[in-house]
Amino acid sequence: MHVPDGFLDAPTSLATAGVAALGVGVALRGARRELSDAAAPLAGLVAVFVFAGQLLNFPVGAGTSGHLVGATLAAVLVGPFTATLCLTVVLLVQALAFADGGVSALGTNVTLMALVAVWAGYAVFRLARALLPRAVASVPVAAAIAAFVSVPVTALAFCGLYAVGGQAPIDLSTLVVTMLGWHTAIGLGEAAITFLTVGSVVAARPDLAYGARDLLTTPELEIRTAAWT
Amino acid sequence: MGAGHGHHLHYHGHSPVHRLPAHAKLVALLLFVAAVVGTPRQALWAFAGYAVLLLGAMVIARVPAAYLLRRMIVELPFVVFAVLLPFIAVGPRVAVGPLSLSEAGLWGAWALLSKGTLGVGAAVLLGATTEPHELVRALDKLRLPQPLVQIAAFMLRYLEVILAELDRMRIARESRGFTARSIRHWPVLAATLGALFIRSYERGERVHLAMLSRGYTGRMPFAADLVATRQQWLTALALPLVGAGVCATAWAAGMP
Repeated sequence: MHVPDGFLDAPTSLATAGVAALGVGVALRGARRELSDAAAPLAGLVAVFVFAGQLLNFPVGAGTSGHLVGATLAAVLVGPFTATLCLTVVLLVQALAFADGGVSALGTNVTLMALVAVWAGYAVFRLARALLPRAVASVPVAAAIAAFVSVPVTALAFCGLYAVGGQAPIDLSTLVVTMLGWHTAIGLGEAAITFLTVGSVVAARPDLAYGARDLLTTPELEIRTAAWT
Repeated sequence: MGAGHGHHLHYHGHSPVHRLPAHAKLVALLLFVAAVVGTPRQALWAFAGYAVLLLGAMVIARVPAAYLLRRMIVELPFVVFAVLLPFIAVGPRVAVGPLSLSEAGLWGAWALLSKGTLGVGAAVLLGATTEPHELVRALDKLRLPQPLVQIAAFMLRYLEVILAELDRMRIARESRGFTARSIRHWPVLAATLGALFIRSYERGERVHLAMLSRGYTGRMPFAADLVATRQQWLTALALPLVGAGVCATAWAAGMP
């Protein structure tokens, strides 16, 4: 679900576009440190992964299903700067090639999903990692907590934007309560999927998960003398 | 990999709109949407004007209406929101038949539906008449920062590959008798997602190394530079220029 054209008024759209441009600019600088060298192919494939991941439906029961937002998952797996770039490109491609999300609302969508969702998620992830024991097993737990917080925080940011530049006045407390209520439930689902997915990545290739990389110890090379000479 | 050649985003054709250079069309889309969004919502006639302009462009592009409508379904969640808006918005209420609706909510719903639909329609027209790789060239031509252009290029290039990978995993799951029905099945789906990440990442590494060995320097060479003649610019910008005129007239007419 992306914000379409005309959902927020022109000044708000312009302001969020400015915020988005600034944030993406910072991410462009920061991503150089996260990706080894000019590894655009890698970031491109991660962008496809985020896009494809959003297409995988998780059944909730009673015929309904939900899908992943993936901002926290991407931040934990490839680092927040690269995740910002990947989500920005996903939103750009969705707006231009799929007409999903308005062209004039691109700044709003990038601000919400590539900046707020990614960075709120990553900040909570780092905090949770600092509080949990230093072990690979705590990475999925921290990612789940981060995903759970990131979704309602993004919803709250959306409410803030609507309060500033919405098309029609809605009782704000009702809007906030409804949005938070729904998105806390969605956050629970996001947390579960993020926990399971990060868990399965960390179990197979912990070296690929950015958020687990500092926990890996490179075993010292040991030269042993053969025992059977 | 013989099946499905991944052009479902693009409606193949040779109309004047198809032949326009992608960057001119992209600029036209941005300006047209800016004019639509910037128009005061009380100017009902202006939105009728925009609709006529856009429909004219769609007719010239010779893309079937059914195809465009199918692509416009993405707007649906916000149509639901727009329908709800007159009921939940605050402020003075008006009686419409048996219902008591918020006046501000009705205006908001109107603005959301008209501007949102025009925006989606214009974007669908661009997507339908422009091949994805042409869009990337347009972004490159319009000086989007190189890393973003490159990521977008690789994303569009490998979209079909990764989606096919996801589909093969689905077939593998289903041929083992698995169907996801409830939350209890999430671990299996999440394992699919985890495997998809590892496979995508490893493919990215392989592609990067393969490209480095073929002399990749961080920028994809294009066979020919994207150029638009003055005539093509004028043709592409006809839509937003008339749109800007409509927008300006709407503002002038709105002044007391």
